[in-house]
Amino acid sequence: MSRGFTSQMARNIFYGGTMFFVLLFAVLIFDTETRIPARSNVAELTPAVVRGKHLWETRNCIGCHTLLGEGAYFAPELGNVYQRRGPDFIKIWIKAQPTHAPGRRQMPQFNFSEAQLEDLVQFLKWTNGINTEKWPPNIEG
Amino acid sequence: MKSATLKYSSQSVSKMYFIAAIGLFVGQIVFGITLGLQYLIGDLFFPAIPFNIARMVHTNLLIVWLLMGFMGSAYYLIPEEAETELYSPLFAKVLFWIYLAAGAATILGYLLVPYATLAQMTGNDFLATMGREFLEQPLPTKVGIVLVALGFLFNISMTVLKGRKTAISLVLLTGLWGLALMFLFSFVNPDNLVRDKLYWWFVVHLWVEGTWELILGALLAFVLIKTTGVDREVIDKWLYLIVTMALITGILGTGHHFFFIGLPGYWHWVGSVFGALEPIPFFMMTLFAFNMVQRRKREHPNQAAVLWAVGTAVMGFLGAGLWGFLHTLSPINYYTHGTQITAAHGHLAFYGAYVLVVIAMISYAMPILRGREANPRRAQAYEMWSFWIMTIGMAVMVLALTGAGILQVWLQRMPTEGAMGFMATQDQLRFFYWVRVGGGVMFLCGLLVYLASFFIGPAADEDEVPALVGGRLQRA
Repeated sequence: MSRGFTSQMARNIFYGGTMFFVLLFAVLIFDTETRIPARSNVAELTPAVVRGKHLWETRNCIGCHTLLGEGAYFAPELGNVYQRRGPDFIKIWIKAQPTHAPGRRQMPQFNFSEAQLEDLVQFLKWTNGINTEKWPPNIEG
Repeated sequence: MKSATLKYSSQSVSKMYFIAAIGLFVGQIVFGITLGLQYLIGDLFFPAIPFNIARMVHTNLLIVWLLMGFMGSAYYLIPEEAETELYSPLFAKVLFWIYLAAGAATILGYLLVPYATLAQMTGNDFLATMGREFLEQPLPTKVGIVLVALGFLFNISMTVLKGRKTAISLVLLTGLWGLALMFLFSFVNPDNLVRDKLYWWFVVHLWVEGTWELILGALLAFVLIKTTGVDREVIDKWLYLIVTMALITGILGTGHHFFFIGLPGYWHWVGSVFGALEPIPFFMMTLFAFNMVQRRKREHPNQAAVLWAVGTAVMGFLGAGLWGFLHTLSPINYYTHGTQITAAHGHLAFYGAYVLVVIAMISYAMPILRGREANPRRAQAYEMWSFWIMTIGMAVMVLALTGAGILQVWLQRMPTEGAMGFMATQDQLRFFYWVRVGGGVMFLCGLLVYLASFFIGPAADEDEVPALVGGRLQRA
């Protein structure tokens, strides 16, 4: 590096550059926030959906499944499972676990009530409606 | 073996952090191999240790031990850079035990209590923060992390304030304060999943592709300055330019996670462009490390530390840089998002950048903490072997996961009609998953060799005569 370029100058570039990009990021996040309600159909974000999300979290579903592509890659994507399987299948499937099929991946039994199953389905239905820029590429997720 | 003493006796607190970090690292790898096997033998250990629990233990142990390593590194580095004793060594020791106890209690909680019960017991209904990837910790643990981090930051900041302020310590402090600040977003969990995901990335991305890179740069610069003797002015300039590029690309690079989770379309452009630039700081780190080693002004007796440091730069570039670039562009990520490609990148990036830099720091500091400038040649040979065995084991894993990911994309994602389902696809990937387990076992072997290196004494022909150091006669 040339002699005229001192570490003080490098430091100032660091602080200046960082501040600029932090501010730019903040502006973009602010704009993003204003667009999220429309993109996620916030009018349909009912108390049942919120309860369903709570069940999703407290059973650590993300530890095996992906949701909109994020999570573990051990079990199927569930962002579009409502569309792929439908509400009845989802409930029956969860109730039937674990399959105990030898050597196959097992899902725990969570002993949900009918009301809780309905909340989960509502959460997955709402999630299915999020504008994800046409992701996943096909129904298999 | 020349004996050496610590420049500042309070640096010795770092030793307990390093030992605990390595212990937790072993636990992480054991659970990693369990997970690799569960991919193949689906019902292994079910229902005692379901996959989601084992994975949580694996990833949380990683975070805990890396933070342990960062803290130990800071306690070692800061007094030496600031040229003054640590503000409060006692406080550092107290915080260590609190952190270790909280970490152990959390892991035991995961393993022994059903997760829903754990959530209920720990106030998750009061403030729901659990059940989100990597942020699964119960509320008291999260609060504990914040308190320990604040205590730690107070301790090292006070040390820097009363001492010399170098570029390395300022960059390290900035990184560590940023780390603590971004972790506060783990308490943000909006009902709207899209907003939840948005702020979740504030922790996850702005840690590993933001603030942690500052810590990485500072630790790497410290080890290089000590082992090569290159002028501080030169190293400072490199360090500032590297961390500048890290944040310029990394902050807006957050956008490469925003493509398909419900956020506006302009993130495709922001994320693709800045994501594609993210390898630059890692490439600069590689140039930096090789450059400094080439221009070295001394032959440091600890060549193992130099290997770990150069290894960090190279593997960090490959894992975080190249494997990240593979799928950072939106049109490619459309197909690879949430596949084994992500897993491949995640493993190599964490190993290359963060695991290796912590080990580089341990490798440099530990001999001095044990009263010698460098380990015996034989112990260093063990360390170097462990580097290669772990690195090749990791390479095998990552190539296998990349192969699995490509096949997964081909079978499950690419076809517009008649695509293969998730589980049917998984059955097709078994060959790659077996290779991955093989790589994992090799990695564990490398780790065991690394552990052994701490117990290896000098060879029979190695100099063991008392060395004259600082006017005193000491046994090497």
